[in-house]
Amino acid sequence: MHVLIVGCGRVGSGLARDLVAQGFEASILDESPEAFHLLGDDFPGDFVVGRALDWAVLREAGIERADAFVACTDGDNTNIVIAQIAQKKYGIRCVVARVYDPLRAELFAQVGINTVCPTRDVRVSLFDAVRACQVPLPDQEG
Amino acid sequence: MFVLIVGGGKVGLNTARQLLQLGHEIALVEQRKTRYDLIADLLGEDALVFGDGTEIWVLEKAGIGRADLVVAVTGDDEDNIIISQVATLKFGVPKVVARVNNPFNQPTFDLLGVENTVCATTAMLNLIMHELPTHKFVHLLSLKREQVELVELEVGENSPFAHTYVQDIALPEGVVLAAIVRAGHALVARGSTEILPGDYVLCLLPPGAERDLIQVFLPEEEPERVQLESELDTSEG
Repeated sequence: MHVLIVGCGRVGSGLARDLVAQGFEASILDESPEAFHLLGDDFPGDFVVGRALDWAVLREAGIERADAFVACTDGDNTNIVIAQIAQKKYGIRCVVARVYDPLRAELFAQVGINTVCPTRDVRVSLFDAVRACQVPLPDQEG
Repeated sequence: MFVLIVGGGKVGLNTARQLLQLGHEIALVEQRKTRYDLIADLLGEDALVFGDGTEIWVLEKAGIGRADLVVAVTGDDEDNIIISQVATLKFGVPKVVARVNNPFNQPTFDLLGVENTVCATTAMLNLIMHELPTHKFVHLLSLKREQVELVELEVGENSPFAHTYVQDIALPEGVVLAAIVRAGHALVARGSTEILPGDYVLCLLPPGAERDLIQVFLPEEEPERVQLESELDTSEG
């Protein structure tokens, strides 16, 4: 099982290390050669530098043998576009894209992209955290 | 017609001005403040919306719901693709035109269903090729939605069709030999027209028939233009 991650920020690099620790094979692609440092010296997978929109770069990063594809660059639009390339061009069935904007996350989920929206998830978490404090509602007070 | 233009660079601004002159209604979205202010000075603020044109609420504010045409001309290809997709998928906009900044991204526009694209670099390259005498095959025009392309071929002395009548040429499936340019003048190609060395032949063809046509017309060479295309074609095939 090979996972290709695009975007080696805090999330992408951490995810790559988690996957490797669980026995997955992972490779990671980023525009910046500096991003490599976030992976640590002992990362066993491939690290490829290049533009994610370039199909040749995606192939160099192993998209043709990938079983799963994760798009987590810092650009919502880039993530949505490359997720569609992975799905439509390379036929990868497990494709996940991080999309910060809840509206675009919802729209592109409707057309078949598995979007993860941190903004929405954090909102839910914060709401749950407040509820967990059991602060009484106004009409329950007193 | 109401046209929504996203991206107020040189292309977007001039498109807006031109459409206003022709009497169309426009809205223009720009996210850089200094650029927005400059356009506001030129066009007034009525038709201007400040914001990121890939955000759905910004597009709504600009009136995308009633747009007859959306023009996605930002300097970012990812953004132009998303604007086009949002316009089509969410708002059912009947027509979308998108700018391709980097010709390497053309296959991605095609793959993701953005049909009407304009790439200045490719257009210019084609024009340059047209002017270069050494190129025997030139791609003049692509109408993506209509699925037709116009190409020009030079008939060399060694071409199998030099001194042949149009009616005797076995053209590949779907290819129409439309006209012959001889000494700078176009002649409508008829069955009885004889093709001479030095002629330029204009053909209409469906996308993908280019290679077949080259094999028929220019079997002895693999022209430069084709090599360029395969560099641009980042598919593995």
